[in-house]
Amino acid sequence: MPAEGATLGLIINPVAGMGGSVGLKGTDGEDVLREAWRRGARPAAEDRARGAVLRLSDSATPLRVLTGSGESGEDVARTAGLDVEVVHRSAPGPTTSADTRAAAEIMAARSVDLLLFVGGDGTARDVLSAVGDGVPVLGVPAGVKMHSAVFGTSPRNAGHLAALFLAGSPAARLREAEVMDLDEAAFRGDRLSARLYGYARSPYERHLSQNAKAGSGMSSEASLDLAARQVAAGMRPGRLYILGPGTTTRRVAHALGLSSTLLGVDAVVDGEFVGVDLDEQGILEAMQGRETWIVVGVLGGQGSLFGRGNQQISAEVIRRAGRDRIIVVSSLEKLIALETASLHVDTGDAEVDAMLAGFVRIETGPNRSTLFKVEA
Amino acid sequence: MGENTAHPYMANSVPTIQREMLDAIGADSIDQLFSQIPADHRTERPIDLPPALSESALSRHLIGILAKNRTVEQNLNFLGAGSWQHHVPAACDEVVRRNEWLTSVFGEPSSDHGRNQAWFEFCSQLAELVDLDMVGLPVRSWGTAAGYALRMASRLTGRNEVAVVRAIDPERLSVIRNYCEPVEMANHIGVRLVDYDPATGLMNLDDLRAAVGDQTAAVYFETPSYLGVIENQGAAIAEIAHAAGAELIVGVDPISLGVLAAPADYGADIVVGTIQPLGVHLNTGGGVGGFIATRDDERYAHQYPTLLISIAETIEPGEYGFGLSLFEQTSYGLRDKGNDWTGHSVYMWAIAAATYMALMGPRGFEDIGGVILQRAHHAARQLAEIEGVRVIFPSGFFKEFVVNFDGTGRDVGEINESLREQGIFGGKDLSREFPELGASALYCVTEIHTLNDIERLVEALRKAIA
Amino acid sequence: MSIEPKEYQAPVWHEPVIHQMGAAGRRGVLFNRVEKEVEAAVEPAESLIPDGVRRRSRPALPELSEPEVLYHYLRLSQQTLGMMGISLFGTCTMKYNPAVNEAIAWRPEITEVHPLQHEDTLQGTLEIVHRMDLILREVSGMDQFVFQAGGGAEAAYVNCAVTRGYHAARGELEQRDEIITTIQTHPSSAATAAAAGFKVVTLMLDENGYPSLDALKAAVSNRTAGLMVNNPDDMGVYNPEMKEWVRIVHEAGGLAFHDSANFNGIIGKLRPREIGFDACMFMLHKTFGAPKSGVGGPAVGAYGCSAELAPFLPSPLVAFDGSRYHLDYDRPQSIGKIREFWGNVPVVVKAYAWSLAMGAEGMAQVSDLSVLANNYMEKGLLAIRGVTRSHPEATSPRLEMTRYSLQTLKEETGVDIHDVQNRMTDFGIDAPWTSHEPWLIPEPFTPEAGEMWGREALDSWIAVLKKVSDEAYSNPEHVKAAPHRQAVHRLKPGATDDPATRAMTWRAHQRKTAR
Repeated sequence: MPAEGATLGLIINPVAGMGGSVGLKGTDGEDVLREAWRRGARPAAEDRARGAVLRLSDSATPLRVLTGSGESGEDVARTAGLDVEVVHRSAPGPTTSADTRAAAEIMAARSVDLLLFVGGDGTARDVLSAVGDGVPVLGVPAGVKMHSAVFGTSPRNAGHLAALFLAGSPAARLREAEVMDLDEAAFRGDRLSARLYGYARSPYERHLSQNAKAGSGMSSEASLDLAARQVAAGMRPGRLYILGPGTTTRRVAHALGLSSTLLGVDAVVDGEFVGVDLDEQGILEAMQGRETWIVVGVLGGQGSLFGRGNQQISAEVIRRAGRDRIIVVSSLEKLIALETASLHVDTGDAEVDAMLAGFVRIETGPNRSTLFKVEA
Repeated sequence: MGENTAHPYMANSVPTIQREMLDAIGADSIDQLFSQIPADHRTERPIDLPPALSESALSRHLIGILAKNRTVEQNLNFLGAGSWQHHVPAACDEVVRRNEWLTSVFGEPSSDHGRNQAWFEFCSQLAELVDLDMVGLPVRSWGTAAGYALRMASRLTGRNEVAVVRAIDPERLSVIRNYCEPVEMANHIGVRLVDYDPATGLMNLDDLRAAVGDQTAAVYFETPSYLGVIENQGAAIAEIAHAAGAELIVGVDPISLGVLAAPADYGADIVVGTIQPLGVHLNTGGGVGGFIATRDDERYAHQYPTLLISIAETIEPGEYGFGLSLFEQTSYGLRDKGNDWTGHSVYMWAIAAATYMALMGPRGFEDIGGVILQRAHHAARQLAEIEGVRVIFPSGFFKEFVVNFDGTGRDVGEINESLREQGIFGGKDLSREFPELGASALYCVTEIHTLNDIERLVEALRKAIA
Repeated sequence: MSIEPKEYQAPVWHEPVIHQMGAAGRRGVLFNRVEKEVEAAVEPAESLIPDGVRRRSRPALPELSEPEVLYHYLRLSQQTLGMMGISLFGTCTMKYNPAVNEAIAWRPEITEVHPLQHEDTLQGTLEIVHRMDLILREVSGMDQFVFQAGGGAEAAYVNCAVTRGYHAARGELEQRDEIITTIQTHPSSAATAAAAGFKVVTLMLDENGYPSLDALKAAVSNRTAGLMVNNPDDMGVYNPEMKEWVRIVHEAGGLAFHDSANFNGIIGKLRPREIGFDACMFMLHKTFGAPKSGVGGPAVGAYGCSAELAPFLPSPLVAFDGSRYHLDYDRPQSIGKIREFWGNVPVVVKAYAWSLAMGAEGMAQVSDLSVLANNYMEKGLLAIRGVTRSHPEATSPRLEMTRYSLQTLKEETGVDIHDVQNRMTDFGIDAPWTSHEPWLIPEPFTPEAGEMWGREALDSWIAVLKKVSDEAYSNPEHVKAAPHRQAVHRLKPGATDDPATRAMTWRAHQRKTAR
């Protein structure tokens, strides 16, 4: 945990979020950006960045900020009176995703205590591709698309959380958070294609209050571990278990003593892999002649069950397995933190989506489950 | 008390105040504020109770009913068996009756600092008696402490059987069986009773060896046992338990620990017991309370179902406060189950016990243990001299012992009735609980019993069996 | 409501831990040596102890005189704010502990009575227990109460054990292994159900602030053992579909348990049995006048049920044959014991005394005044900058509690609920309760006004929160560093959990600081 004299990496994607106000679904790529400008969009990221950075400058922790030149961080950080070192200068013209990646790489190399970025899913993806799980990452929400789980709930909350983390507060802990992004080209055509790009280490805030009246409880990590162990223990011989992507299902694999792919779909029979990183076809083949169960987690900050990040588990796969053979595992905290009180399915097949709609049981801990609404 | 007279417990029961509050809200009537409750949920039948009593009438009414009780002050009492009559120093009562302690329990460490410190001192002083570094805030009774401890052991070992001494209070055993869940439940913990040696009352080690196996999560015994006997095979029992990979849980009456070895010293992993003897009155059974103690090690720390209170530095250098600890249990050592539950307990008795232990000090516990041992043995020997009366385990006990009346031709009920007529509460009847002991009763003699009391008992018994 | 709050100053005694006090050889209490006849007749004490189990070294307890001990603990009591200030601690129903009840409960007819005495010598206590049973039957509509549980959570556990007994008697226990509860029901329902061996199915809230009927319908099956639910919940939200809930659970073969924890807001207005519940639980140590019974117990979770479930209740029950009271142990289907003996008698006596002092009208007034006070406070609290209410779309008046959020305050000032809690104590206000875990809404707080506190106390509470909110906007660092006027400062965050520093006993602390 960072402490005295912490170092922060700050990356602002100045054009993040511009598309949203003018009916575009993102600002990835120069063509789209030009269109956004043409439609009258103006940068909002700087305002949002300011909300977060002000919280940081309030903090008592001495802070050194590594950032990009001008609007990619320097301006905001200097205005807030922070100790600034510019480590990347973007070429004249609009900031590109290459700038984000380049700056993030430098910050990772300098081992910043936290990389705070201002943007949306696209920015998150660029940051992740540059730093992996090398440094902790936290997003200030400023984008149009925010399916990733690395964002604070508001700019100021993100700033508050960053300040806590940098001050070494035990209230701020790290967890693995999904970085997801839609393919914007497809999205704008009203056709969805979201991918799970990976997991960043991202701080979150837990309350250290003394008056948690109910007495001792398990951390959500412990609950998930135990839920995963129970799912693993409940597996029956001869059945095929399809493990969806993500860290939750990886816990199930670990409970079986297996090491699953993080972003791919794996298949297990009798405690052994029969397929790793399968595509739809591979899954369907593995299913031949076997009773099949699907084990998935909830993906992203918006709560996707099927269709975003796990498209390999296609409508056909779900149809053949059947609704009653879907095991969903998630921490209660994650469900509560979702932006809506329901999970989304978008398998591309209206019939399967309709079949999945309604209440689904979610394993949340040892002998603990909840029923959660699913909407197409 | 007429209509619209304010009630002394309710400041806002003055009608004009209610009117003003309603006006502030902008509501016409109080009933309007209950609009969430559908009409068909509302009762049609108002509560039917006698009219409210004034304080003087109430006091008279209660005292009138309570006068039908007979107390251990008015009578000479030899009942123990889970609720023991010891001297409660007046200072203990003075301390616990302070209104200041009356808190929401979960106030902030700074504002409820004194109460937190008193709690910490309860744990810290009990820790010295049991010679262990970790003690939780009390649970509701010895039986609940034992039940929790057995479940802790089951989680720690991943096993689902426990070996429990048969010379145990049937009430406590019943609590334990509930905690171990009925056989139909998936996580049922099987209870195997380990017999006691009919000659000594000590645990039968052959029976223990036969009961313990690779499914045994814990071995549980008590010292002094329910039948009063000091278990002196602790080290051997520990060896058998540990060889099988089981936890050793020992139940103890802490008032004995000024003179008896702490169970941790002969291998106990988890120590449980009662706190009632430490400054708490009988309270008609409402004085019971229990504790759980272990070494301060991660393996155990994360299994506690109790509240734990830790000393901690404040943000002011060099200053200490106290706060609840380990609220959030991590996955360390947890198997497929959570940690049971916490709830209201007997935290007021923790403060009584803290005061008691501070008054006693090391020498107080040593003295009281010696006095109890000598008095109890003297009483047992005097009783044994009565014709037809026998003490079943005549040596190696602490404050309780089993008195058998088979030779008198009387049953315990008859004898106790006669004693009652003579102003004496005789020992607890064991004849149904332990039929093999015949017409037997469990007698309790403590520091409060004088030579004169013992002689009075002997005389009364002679009369009762004559 | 133009009160300008004044700061309070807690006593600062710098009181050492008791192990740091005293001197070798001092004594706090003495015991007479045994009489010389006894001394002559029996061996010395150490000879009466079997070999190998004698204590070898004295316990390292402090050595103090009696007044040193007494005044130490009296000083500690003074450093406890609790109800000496204003405590509106939500879900705890911090009501008055009448002095007369305390006085009666400490009479020797209660304190100096052994629970195993012959029934003939216990008639007074048994009569009070029976009379309290009758009062609770009248209040709840249930057919039988038992007082063995030492708290609300333990009463929830009784319900789980009774549920096991009921289904076991029908040969269905193995199949019926699920208990349904809601996210807003006290966590002890879920925790005790799990500890009793059930799988727990938790229903989440709908937009209205309570779970939908559809969620319940999706949850019930032939595996359903029972439903454990409170109503109203601790946000003051009442689920108006509860009759239908109970019907659905019954239809599935399950039992329905009403956790009557929040009964203070509805006492006299409805009866759990009339809604259809098979069982309910009252905390005598809060709803019936003895708040917390001191410092968190001894307490009583009075568990009541229908005649159909009564055979499964723990033993003994107190029975009355028209002339004499008995302890009835002869109950073959009983689940046995949950706790030794038959309950915390002093608390039952206090609750009985409170019930008689209130009478039916007084009891009905309790819910009237509690709900009135809560809505009165809501008016004042929602006018404070940075304060919002949970489920704003549920517009009906809340019952005896309302769940608020300080999320806006936190976003705008960086001051969070924990800071506010601490700062409020500087004005003599017991830190307000937040919410059960997990927090459904951020930065929550939940006052419960109850019927005891007068309007001035409620106004003071509101004024203090307003003051703290003003401070948060003008001088947030002052609030974040609070408290400033307590016996000690705020604990270092995390210090009670860090394995390197946490110490549950003085000896552990000595060991860890010696390094």
